[in-house]
Amino acid sequence: MTLALIFEQMLNGVQFGLMLFLMSAGLTLVFGVMGLINLAHGSLYMLGAFFCAAGAAATGNFWLGLVAGTAAAAAAGALIEVSVIRRLYTRDHLDQVLATFALILILSEGTKMVFGPFPLYLNVPPILSGTVDLGLTPYSVYRLALIGFGLAVALGLWLLIGKTRLGIRIRAGENDREMIAALGVNIRALYTLVFALGAALAGLAGALVGAVQSVQVGMGEPVLILAFVVIVIGGIGSIKGAMVGALIVGVIDTMGRFLLPRIFASFMEASDASGLGAALASMLIYVVMALVLILRPKGLFPAHA
Amino acid sequence: MRDIHKETVVNLALGLGLLLVPLWALWADQPFTITLATRIAILALAGVGLNLILGFGGMVSFGHAVFFGVGGYVAGILSQHATSGVPVLGLPGSNQMLVIWPVAMLVAGLLAAAIGALSLRTEGIFFIMITLAFAQMVYYFAISWPAYGGEDGLPLVLRNRFPGLNTMRPWHLFVVAWGVLMVVLGLMAALRASRFGAALMAIRQNPERAAAVGINPYGVKLVAFVISGMVTGLAGALMADLSRFASPAMMAWTMSGELIVIIILGGTGRLFGPLAGAAILVGFEVTFGGMTEHWKLWLGLVLLAVVLFARGGLIGALAGRARHG
Amino acid sequence: MRLRTTLAASAAALTLGTGAAWADPVTVGLITTLSGGGAGIGTDIRDGFQLALTMAGGDAIHLVVEDDGQRPEQAVQIADRMIQSERADILTGIIFSNLAMAVVPSVVAQDVFYVSPNAGPSPLAGAGCNPLYFNAAWQNDMLHEASGAYAGANGMVNTFILAPNYPAGTDALTGFKRRYTGTVAGEIYTQLGQTDYAAEIAQIRASGADSVFIFLPGGMGISFMRQYAQSGVGIPVISTAFTVGQDNLPAMGDAALSVINSGQWAPDTDNDANRAFVTAFRAAYGRTPSIYASQSYDTANLILSAVAAADVEDRDAFRAALRAADFTSVRGDFAFGNNQHPIQDVYMRQVVMADGEITNRTLGLAIEDYQDVYAAQCAME
Repeated sequence: MTLALIFEQMLNGVQFGLMLFLMSAGLTLVFGVMGLINLAHGSLYMLGAFFCAAGAAATGNFWLGLVAGTAAAAAAGALIEVSVIRRLYTRDHLDQVLATFALILILSEGTKMVFGPFPLYLNVPPILSGTVDLGLTPYSVYRLALIGFGLAVALGLWLLIGKTRLGIRIRAGENDREMIAALGVNIRALYTLVFALGAALAGLAGALVGAVQSVQVGMGEPVLILAFVVIVIGGIGSIKGAMVGALIVGVIDTMGRFLLPRIFASFMEASDASGLGAALASMLIYVVMALVLILRPKGLFPAHA
Repeated sequence: MRDIHKETVVNLALGLGLLLVPLWALWADQPFTITLATRIAILALAGVGLNLILGFGGMVSFGHAVFFGVGGYVAGILSQHATSGVPVLGLPGSNQMLVIWPVAMLVAGLLAAAIGALSLRTEGIFFIMITLAFAQMVYYFAISWPAYGGEDGLPLVLRNRFPGLNTMRPWHLFVVAWGVLMVVLGLMAALRASRFGAALMAIRQNPERAAAVGINPYGVKLVAFVISGMVTGLAGALMADLSRFASPAMMAWTMSGELIVIIILGGTGRLFGPLAGAAILVGFEVTFGGMTEHWKLWLGLVLLAVVLFARGGLIGALAGRARHG
Repeated sequence: MRLRTTLAASAAALTLGTGAAWADPVTVGLITTLSGGGAGIGTDIRDGFQLALTMAGGDAIHLVVEDDGQRPEQAVQIADRMIQSERADILTGIIFSNLAMAVVPSVVAQDVFYVSPNAGPSPLAGAGCNPLYFNAAWQNDMLHEASGAYAGANGMVNTFILAPNYPAGTDALTGFKRRYTGTVAGEIYTQLGQTDYAAEIAQIRASGADSVFIFLPGGMGISFMRQYAQSGVGIPVISTAFTVGQDNLPAMGDAALSVINSGQWAPDTDNDANRAFVTAFRAAYGRTPSIYASQSYDTANLILSAVAAADVEDRDAFRAALRAADFTSVRGDFAFGNNQHPIQDVYMRQVVMADGEITNRTLGLAIEDYQDVYAAQCAME
């Protein structure tokens, strides 16, 4: 085990974490502002990937596909907010879980009806393909670009929420809904906008990840569960928490997959060690999540302390 | 008062209907209808377990499938060891349901005690998510643990036995499942009417006031969580016998979602709600699953409509407002 | 759309003479995955089967199709309904081993035939073999063994091997190692359904291996191949038809080019039956068939041949008719061994771009007339 390998795995962990952040940011934003649990967030991620693949196939340009995927997810988000989600803000978490569970069924089957049952083709744009030498190890340019996207979105969200009028309203909405309505802000429009923004972030994540993963029906659910782990660790509603949680999950999951089999291999047969190590690695982030919640029942950065 | 009376009538109709339909099927030689009724009874039983904490106690567990799956594995593992003659943990296996059920409930109950003790420190969405996390842990463990089949699952060569009955015959197995469901429903009714049930509902409505009158919310909720896990575990043991198979899919997160769906479709917090919900869900699967490959789309639309517009579920629609808020 | 389509077919010339003894169509229940991530494979299984019935014409078979949602208990329930309520005599269609393990024992216990168009878990090939259970595809290990034999014989001496951590994955790596003569540079089990392989690819790079063998069916394979292509790890990939089959190739694109993989069939397999099949499949569905479609097409023709030769109500006679395998397989030679799994040739194929389509081209024979290793544990003659 060399230094170069450990370095590369750390980088992989950070990159995986930033990808999870893209996915988690929208989820936590929607919960923070509207108090809504949206299981269908994974479906919006899937829509982003499908429309990106379709757009890239139609135009031959990945970047146009990326715009199409993000826009389609945002539009779908706005539509869903106006038709369904709006009725759920005053309901309890149970109704929200159920209604958005129903949306998963509808969106998955609908996507299959429109795009067919086979996975779609989507490739990395030429300018970002190949590897670059980082000194210790060669590394995929696209993965570096994903790190860049993750940081850019984090910065963008920080500026949006901290420095703009919209951000002030969002923060006010988090703290006191009646008050902001009394101030004459159109709260319904604000909520639709925030939900569409969250959907756009999910769609962007799906489109970006779709280039290096399988664009298929059901791709949103595994990452949805990971995103929930992230925001629960970080503290639901906190963007900062989502960033920290995403990095924790990304690094621990990657290093667990990498190191656990090696640790077991030091005292048992290689095949068995690999199997046992993989089994424990797949449980690891849930163990971490449970530990965090036991020690800090509202996550690391509680949004409404 | 009229509403209470109405709900009792609906409950009676549901309980008897579940018995009469397979009786008719027995006469008409429609064994599959009996199998379906058995499945409804077992899913309803799993729902009854969850309903105790979700409907009466207001705790939304999004990981209850783990108890369902563990119950199934207990039935599968004991049965396998009974066939092979190899002891498990120093004890002999068994193919007797009357032995398997208490073991399944014990194991599920111990697991529920561990998960509940940790999870109940949180509430709201954090509770939803931590129960999901624990279920995912066990799910991934079951998939990758080769001793009992991993993802391939664990087939039961023969169904486990019940004294005096031939459980390989659909009607006999149905009678077992129906009987268990009715007994558990009776116990649940008694539990709900007891001081413990009153305490549980008081905590849901106002934890501070409940604490002020000397109720220990954490203790009461934990006991409810353990009982709930035991009932769902019992249902899992029965399900493994019905499908003659225990598999990690029994504890997938979608199964946890389905158990919640069953409760909502029937009517949250209604004693017989899970029975109504299981009947609707299974009926829907069978009817639309054969008609269109897009049946999940329609299931989603129906579910959405129920959540948005028919909050009382089927029993709410038939019997009016619930007794308890 | 009504899914319970009644598709009728028969080998008309044969049945005409034998008269009305089995005039009622035989009900065949096809349970497969038509929703979720496995829906593409299920669509190919269904379409391959229907194509065979359509091409045969006639009304000897009444086909009932239903989606199992890739859930074992759902599949068991559907099987029960097809047997108990629709009186199906033969079931088929299941893709995944874990579903087959749930359904097959319960089906044969009810005195109904099951003919597998895809899954071949080892317990059902060995001690758990059953007179009513036939496998028209392969035993799970078979293609992996062929890849192992090929790798060893073609100068790969230090192969890194990778599969998901579930029984079919361990079977795959065990199968590969069984006939592989080189050393294993590293062995990794990944999470089932995993989407990101950066950590694994880094270990492959660091291992100094000269080749990498993967078993990552469905979306897992697409994710891996795309990420591998971007990683700059240039060592050759060797695999099986499950990872780089026609169901996955259009989505993988250039990332899959030149991957060597094993399969008992390829779109260019050189025989008349296959040319007719591939042409008809393309005409009917507008895409090139996958290995799954070919297996399902063979399954349908196998059942048709038995229906023409024997009355399904006579289980012994019908079983003998199935075992005779008196049909023309699109893969070429086909015979059943004592455990009613195929004895067949396995070929190596390579992913190429041909006529603007990405597909597999046959390279040559890997293992000939091969029977799975579990057959010895099966008590049937």
